Amino acid sequence: MTASRLLERLLQTLPVLFGVSLIVFLMITLTPGDPVEIMLADSRATPEQAAQLRADLGLDRPLPQRFLVFLGNALTGDFGISFFHRRPVRDVIAERLPATIELTLAAILLAIAVAIPLGVIAAVKRDTWLDRALTALSLFGVSLPGFWFGLLLILLFAVQLGVFPVGGRTDFDLEVARVTGFLLIDSVIAGRPDAFLAALRHLALPAITLGLPTAALLTRVVRSAMAEVLTSDYVLFAEAKGLSRRRVLLRHALKNALIPVVTVAAIETGSLLGGNMIVETVFGWPGLGRLVVESIFARNYPLVQAAVLLYAVTYVMLNFTADLLYTALNPKVRL
Amino acid sequence: MSATVAEEVPVSPLRLGLERFARNRTAVVASGLILLFILGALAAPLIAPHDPADADLFRRLQPPAWQEGGEWAFPLGCDSLGRDILSRLLHGARVSLLVAALVIGIAAVIGTLAGLTAGYLRGWADTLISRLVDTLLGFPYLVFAIGLMAMMGPGLHNIILVLIYKEWVFSCRVVRGETLAAREQDYVEAARALGCGTRHIMLREILPNVLSPVLVVATFRMAYVIIMEASLSFLGLGVQPPTPSWGSMVADGRDFLVDAWWVSTLPGLAILALVLSINLASQGLRDAFDPRLHHA
Repeated sequence: MTASRLLERLLQTLPVLFGVSLIVFLMITLTPGDPVEIMLADSRATPEQAAQLRADLGLDRPLPQRFLVFLGNALTGDFGISFFHRRPVRDVIAERLPATIELTLAAILLAIAVAIPLGVIAAVKRDTWLDRALTALSLFGVSLPGFWFGLLLILLFAVQLGVFPVGGRTDFDLEVARVTGFLLIDSVIAGRPDAFLAALRHLALPAITLGLPTAALLTRVVRSAMAEVLTSDYVLFAEAKGLSRRRVLLRHALKNALIPVVTVAAIETGSLLGGNMIVETVFGWPGLGRLVVESIFARNYPLVQAAVLLYAVTYVMLNFTADLLYTALNPKVRL
Repeated sequence: MSATVAEEVPVSPLRLGLERFARNRTAVVASGLILLFILGALAAPLIAPHDPADADLFRRLQPPAWQEGGEWAFPLGCDSLGRDILSRLLHGARVSLLVAALVIGIAAVIGTLAGLTAGYLRGWADTLISRLVDTLLGFPYLVFAIGLMAMMGPGLHNIILVLIYKEWVFSCRVVRGETLAAREQDYVEAARALGCGTRHIMLREILPNVLSPVLVVATFRMAYVIIMEASLSFLGLGVQPPTPSWGSMVADGRDFLVDAWWVSTLPGLAILALVLSINLASQGLRDAFDPRLHHA
């Protein structure tokens, strides 16, 4: 892909980013009632403090001007003060973000690790009972409500079998010094295998809960991509040349079948950001998703607004990346 | 000659599709299950053994009838307030199905009209609608729904609105694409040559031809909308008590997982059964009505 094409694609995402920011801005602005009154509903703020907050939020200015201020602030990462924490929203989010990224990455890696072998098996054995069973299984996976599946896993593996912890990110006596905020990395830096294992065990159930529906979806993508590739001329040719089945599958077929898989995985990573809110709530995972849900009930609107914007921008950029990957990996789409 | 003519009597695509659907046993069974859910929901006030909001702390966490301590008057047991779970499941089905039907129905109408407009008129109308679609697609679904529910406040009315705000996009995209293709077809050219007006061409000529993909999209989106409603209710952002919703019933049982598995497990099973049935039926519909699949 040429640089000009890359730039053109990047420019195409700008209107979307603008639109997304506008909607996030309007979400809080067009809320019925006075946001300041709602925010201060349970506090004993004086009228002067309320007026101060109104001025801080710029609510006394006309809408278009407020939107420009909001955009400018968002670009510099300034989302105001989190009432609840009495600290800048940006700092609170930065603190919680690594936990969410760690969980999301674990979930998507798990999903890919499950989906590729299952999808390949289904494609190779297509139209057999095994293929049908795997298709049924993946339909089951996409029909599972995540919050409920998480509770079942807790009931089975944490409560009954005691193999995994019920929730949280690590055991309280195994905490390590925070360097990156990623517990797995931090425990390696601290040279603490016990802390690493504890973090991994805490990560397991939430990652499975979050990753399984994605695994189900990806399995179907791998299956159909692989099924298509397996009937293509170059694979038939490779087989006719007498290459081993294994070599044809792994070197020739899978490599091309992975193109749509990478694309869908990138997009799905964005969707997991929403699923995080549910899974983090179920498992008491101290990430951004749970913080957002807590903030909703604490009427901590600046934080909710900032997080929704962050999620949406990440999602748009992941879609953009998926598009790039698709073009970069696929020799047929060289424009 | 006459024999050939007789063989070529056109059979409507709808009838062909329905016949193909009827031969798909899984899809038929799934449709039967969906019908049962709908009947149960409609008849809930008549067939529910108890008032779903009727609390009695003496029956707190009473197990299902087949377990020790259970009784057949409360076949699926009771929740932490002693309310009958079967009655709450039946009434909860009303919420799930009402939200799904209204959201999908209204979103399909909006999306179809917007898609027709964008695809047929092109120009600034297309630019405007497509930009809006792209922007809404820029939000992960749940993030959009949670963010908006947070601002608008919980409740049945708001949940339906919020989901419609996002959901229409999916049928719009499909209809826009189909309309763009239909625009160049002979029958549309012919209608235009005959001097038919824009509205006539859009609604009378193109619309009937884009309805079957809309139907397919609508059914498989329905499964998604049900999970969305349940997720929002689980977080406490959905339908508010005392109205029972499956999602909030799962949440109610969270604290009693160890002692009373049935409180969370049964409503979750209900969601799974309904969503899985809808997914199976919609897959059957897609196989039956998507002609491209049959050529593949």
